[in-house]
Amino acid sequence: MTSEDAMHNHDDHDDEHDHDNHFSDMQARVKALETILTQKGLIDPAAIDAIVETYETKVGPRNGARVVAKAWSEPDFAEWLRSDATAAIASLGYTGRQGEHMRAVFNTPETHNLVVCTLCSCYPWAVLGLPPVWYKAPPYRSRAVIDPRGVLEEFGVTLPETKKIRVWDSTAELRYIVIPERPAGTEDLDHEALADLVTRDSMIGTGLANPAGDAR
Amino acid sequence: MNAHEPSLNGSPGLPKSNEGDPVFDEPWQAEAFAMTVRLHEKGVFSWSEWAEALSHELYKPGRRADASDYFDCWVAALSRLVTELSITSQDNLDRLTQSWQRAAEATPHGKPILLENDPER
Repeated sequence: MTSEDAMHNHDDHDDEHDHDNHFSDMQARVKALETILTQKGLIDPAAIDAIVETYETKVGPRNGARVVAKAWSEPDFAEWLRSDATAAIASLGYTGRQGEHMRAVFNTPETHNLVVCTLCSCYPWAVLGLPPVWYKAPPYRSRAVIDPRGVLEEFGVTLPETKKIRVWDSTAELRYIVIPERPAGTEDLDHEALADLVTRDSMIGTGLANPAGDAR
Repeated sequence: MNAHEPSLNGSPGLPKSNEGDPVFDEPWQAEAFAMTVRLHEKGVFSWSEWAEALSHELYKPGRRADASDYFDCWVAALSRLVTELSITSQDNLDRLTQSWQRAAEATPHGKPILLENDPER
């Protein structure tokens, strides 16, 4: 698909424009501390990112993996997720600002989905967990739109030439979760074990779900 | 850093997983934790200075019963330490905090939030 198809038109929502981004008091205070400490040479933002990344799996409820596991095992839930992801996700008790207005895009044997986002403040971390550090880099976003297959290969995901790749750009109103394909040989696994196979990267499309042998 | 200096993982009241790792409700909490870890590793303050500053905030009256304001206290303690150590002034910190809020509000979706986006800067 072309990059034109991939990008949403951000100008559609001018009336919402003023509410696109917001920092809570605490978010702003932490940014202020980071700015001062960086200016004073006491911290290096890259080092902070690196520490935060080690806690990638320790931030937020990260309930996206359970959403995926349920969709894999319950066709009715998958259908609901397809038609109204916001309501389907909320039905599991997962609500909150970052989880609102979600759309689920399903990987199939024919199509792989990849999500880009600038992390202004709309990344749905409550559902997906912390974003990877490289997600913040503007080149990732632009390259993912222009050459998604090449970007995926850099992440070690080589897809057959015949598989289509769709790129989704989060908007202020709509955030995406990729429902990866269910790995083979997982028929006997329960929800919990299935959820263990669902990585953050697989829910943004830069990875696939882990193979069955990785279940705990 | 002194090898015998306790790590910040041992901070009083720090929420932890069953495996003993700190857990965070929101990304800013992990950022505040990471900054504090770095400052402590660099010797900007000692464990006892940190523990005292944090305890001071944790035992203030008016805390939420469910302790959901734990990292609010953490950030208050960190702010207090950096001003006491004359790294910055409370006034400067407050102004910069407001500036970041204006910057966020002024940043359209799809653009990274940068401090220079604050229209008053």
